Amino acid sequence: MSKLTLKTEGDTHVVVTRRFAAPPEVVYHAHTDPKLLQKWLLGPEGWTMPVCINEATPGGKIRYEWTNGKGGGFHLTGEYLELEPYSRIVHVERMHLPNPTPDNHIETRFDADGTGTLMTMRMTLPDAQTRAAMLATGMERGMEASYVRLEGLI
Amino acid sequence: MNDSLNLDAAFSALADPTRRAILARLAKGEATVMELAAPFEMTQPAISQHLKVLENAGLVVRRLEGTKRPRRIAKGGIEAMDRWLAMLRKALERNYDRLDEVLASMEQLKRGEKR
Repeated sequence: MSKLTLKTEGDTHVVVTRRFAAPPEVVYHAHTDPKLLQKWLLGPEGWTMPVCINEATPGGKIRYEWTNGKGGGFHLTGEYLELEPYSRIVHVERMHLPNPTPDNHIETRFDADGTGTLMTMRMTLPDAQTRAAMLATGMERGMEASYVRLEGLI
Repeated sequence: MNDSLNLDAAFSALADPTRRAILARLAKGEATVMELAAPFEMTQPAISQHLKVLENAGLVVRRLEGTKRPRRIAKGGIEAMDRWLAMLRKALERNYDRLDEVLASMEQLKRGEKR
């Protein structure tokens, strides 16, 4: 039930869905509380997020800093545009690698699904080139490689 | 570092629908520029340009056969992209697996408070 789906849509979108066993209110909270985000938004094994600023209010700032503890690290900044507790969040974000990537506009929905939640994250990149670069640098991923193998979605 | 440069080039190469279609065609087997140009209503030089981008990205290789230079999919390049994507997907899955644990402990806490 928890299986992640990820697909590209049109030339500039990436859509991720995932089901969770907790109700929308709890999942929403885990996406906006810095203390909780630091427990799970970490990427590969061995990485931590020592800095987590998350002002969950329209216009509020987002800043996540990750480190692998061996001198490697990068950060993300963003701003909240809209928040509808506990069903919808709209924000923009960019990675600093160290140069900032073009803005990724993300709408995240939390829909009640039985006793759990269906999360749908829809990302919009400025253009196809940016989406390709994003996939290559590792922020998200799409179906291109599998398209090549003619296997449908990854 | 060379690997990541190649991946950059590979993903950029795939940002173009014509180049994706060319790869899909080559996935079925080798083809010459002329054979590739036919279904696209594009000139051979235009197709050659796209092939050059795909070759530089390590996704397509050419073979010399008399005067022909049939192109085929470079398995290594595609496999490198697949490995990369699988790793990224795993990292994302790992995030959400961790979130599952966080959610479970939050629910437990809530039940504890109600008691």
